[in-house]
Amino acid sequence: MAVISYLEAVSQALREEMQRDSRVFVLGEDVGVRGGVFRVTQGFQEEFGEQRVIDTPLSEAAIAGVSIGAAAHGMRPVAEIQFAEYIMPAVNQIVNEAAKMRYRSNGDWNCPLVIRAPYGGGVRGALYHSQSVEAMFCCIPGLKVVTPSTPYDAKGLLKAAIRDEDPVLFFEHKRCYRSIKGEVPDSDYTIPIGKADIKRQGEDITVISYGLSLHFALKAAEQLSQEGFSAHILDLRTLYPLDKESIVEAARKTGKVLIVHEDNKEGGVGAEVAAVIAEECLYELDAPIKRLCSPDVPAMPYSLPMEKFFMLNPDKVYQAMKELAEL
Amino acid sequence: MVKKIVMPQLGESVTEGTISKWLVNVGDKVNKYDPVCEVLTDKVNAEVPSSFSGTITEIVVQEDETVAVGTLLCCIEEEKQTGTPVESNKPAASVPYEETDDSTMQSAKQQRYSPAVLKLAQDYNLDLSCIQGSGTAGRITRRDILQIVQGKKQAEDSPAQQIESPSQSLSQAAASVPDIALPSESFDASSADHSNIHQADEKIPVTGIRKTIAKRMVQSKQEIPHAWLMVECDVTNLVSYRSQIKEEFKKKEGLQLTYLPFFIKSVAETLKEFPILNSQWTDNHIIAKKAVHISIAVATENALFVPVIKDADQKSIFGLAKAIDEMVTKTREGKLTQADLTGGTFTVNNTGSFGSVLSAPIINPPQVAILSMEAIVKRPVVIHNMIAVRDMMNICLSLDHRVLDGLVCGRFLKRVKQKIESYGTDIGLY
Repeated sequence: MAVISYLEAVSQALREEMQRDSRVFVLGEDVGVRGGVFRVTQGFQEEFGEQRVIDTPLSEAAIAGVSIGAAAHGMRPVAEIQFAEYIMPAVNQIVNEAAKMRYRSNGDWNCPLVIRAPYGGGVRGALYHSQSVEAMFCCIPGLKVVTPSTPYDAKGLLKAAIRDEDPVLFFEHKRCYRSIKGEVPDSDYTIPIGKADIKRQGEDITVISYGLSLHFALKAAEQLSQEGFSAHILDLRTLYPLDKESIVEAARKTGKVLIVHEDNKEGGVGAEVAAVIAEECLYELDAPIKRLCSPDVPAMPYSLPMEKFFMLNPDKVYQAMKELAEL
Repeated sequence: MVKKIVMPQLGESVTEGTISKWLVNVGDKVNKYDPVCEVLTDKVNAEVPSSFSGTITEIVVQEDETVAVGTLLCCIEEEKQTGTPVESNKPAASVPYEETDDSTMQSAKQQRYSPAVLKLAQDYNLDLSCIQGSGTAGRITRRDILQIVQGKKQAEDSPAQQIESPSQSLSQAAASVPDIALPSESFDASSADHSNIHQADEKIPVTGIRKTIAKRMVQSKQEIPHAWLMVECDVTNLVSYRSQIKEEFKKKEGLQLTYLPFFIKSVAETLKEFPILNSQWTDNHIIAKKAVHISIAVATENALFVPVIKDADQKSIFGLAKAIDEMVTKTREGKLTQADLTGGTFTVNNTGSFGSVLSAPIINPPQVAILSMEAIVKRPVVIHNMIAVRDMMNICLSLDHRVLDGLVCGRFLKRVKQKIESYGTDIGLY
């Protein structure tokens, strides 16, 4: 099996799906000639032509609106929002149209649309290139929100998203693109949306995370294991709808739960995860549910020391895990 | 700044008090010295004044709760001092409960168990108090319990007994159910020999004051080795003297002249000669009190109060009569204050007033003796080999045998008797 980067895995999935299904096409800002600002679609226009790799105007509402129309017409659009926070002008299209099309038409219409968006910080991108916006969409029935953390998951989940009959928001952590590498089969495979994954087995504390911070937790777990505590790590993978069964099972496993994410703490996905655990297995908890998240400030600072302060890192996660393990 | 109001020391022997009534609610503004609650201690209702001006933020002890002296009763957010702008800029919330004792928080933490630990302890019938926790500050963790269950770790004592399989403990519980056939009245299991209550029986609720009396009496009887002496006094002279002057006294002073002032005078004078009877027992010392403050027992329909005649040794018969009258009136009207009830060094109990001729009174701690004055009755007595009809009275002394012995008490009683028997026309009232 080849070891490839997260970015290559996304690219591979897209290419394979476009090769497999002629209804699949990509559109977005600079995805064509430029090959995408992160080079996810590099060489795509040469391979698939301008009709299937479309450079759009700088209008996210149009990108979403066009995609929804195409999806309704039977196409399989994969729209790219260049940076996740640019999605705001498209929210009306996504929330009011895409998410509700099947429901509103009593099942006559559906919207098989994927919107890919790089999110997250740690790249000195400041406020317009670092935000995490996933929580905002994790309360919209009709939408699916997927956030893979490994190359393997990125490929399998993106394929599943493209083949899904309803709209999927596919958030890729931009810090993962080139820093995270892993084994990915060349063959065709999908990973079911809505299923969390145990990334590490352990007995003493449960860490629930997704995206870049999941890797911090994995790294911290290695350090913690040297001190006699083993961490059980669950990767949510899909944030909406949540895999409640896996969450509860993982919480029960150790009775001590730490939820880690880069998104702001208040109202973040961790809040919903904590609520699920509190509802389903309070009496099996051995400690209060803990959350380690970014501070509730408006956005990522540009100053490097301040970005470091804002961002999680393996040491911060290790400290939180250790504190909970020793409680 | 949050200040605390604690249960005050309302008397020397007072160790605890019962909140009988809160006079303020959370959120109420109070001024310094305003009463915040009523406290029932040894035989008195006292008001606890606020030591601060401010707003009540928390009421910790509820009505009818009995707590030790020094226990936190309520918290009060003290009003900011005017003219100190630096302080007023500081957010009040940053220093709440600044006097919070760390050690109490620590112990509370240790006694708190997580839901997982409680559930496992129930499932496996474990006594958590026997388990040493490995978590922060000794907290028992789920891992500790699982290790015990798996036999990797042992509970501190008698581990074999602690660890039972759930099925075993269930069957034991089921087997023991018939043994616990208690009456529907929730009696304490230890009082099993209470006779059954019939429907016609009346159940009288125990008032706070009754509880206090019960507790004090039990304490006295259990702690103090009581011994008892009695002598007879011939009070014929006193009886005739009193009947001569009582009408005039009433007219002149507006007071009934009873025998009690004479008795107290005799006791107070004799106590000066025998200071050991005017003392208190502590475990290391006997404290002979200089002042002579005589407690007198005053009964109402439902309760018994023991107000104090202060400095009885410095008072004339008239002075004593007046002080007694004042205390009796206050008692009947329920106006006794804590000050009226504290400081007694010796008790005189006028049991004769309801006709008793013999009694064995219970000592009023921390005092070491109590003297009861019995009823005066006419009896044939032999004087100079002749039989005479005399007014006779028994006086009975209960003594704390840790402090006092029979000899000194006998001498004391003899002296009291001499004094009482000598009272006649030559005793001055003023």
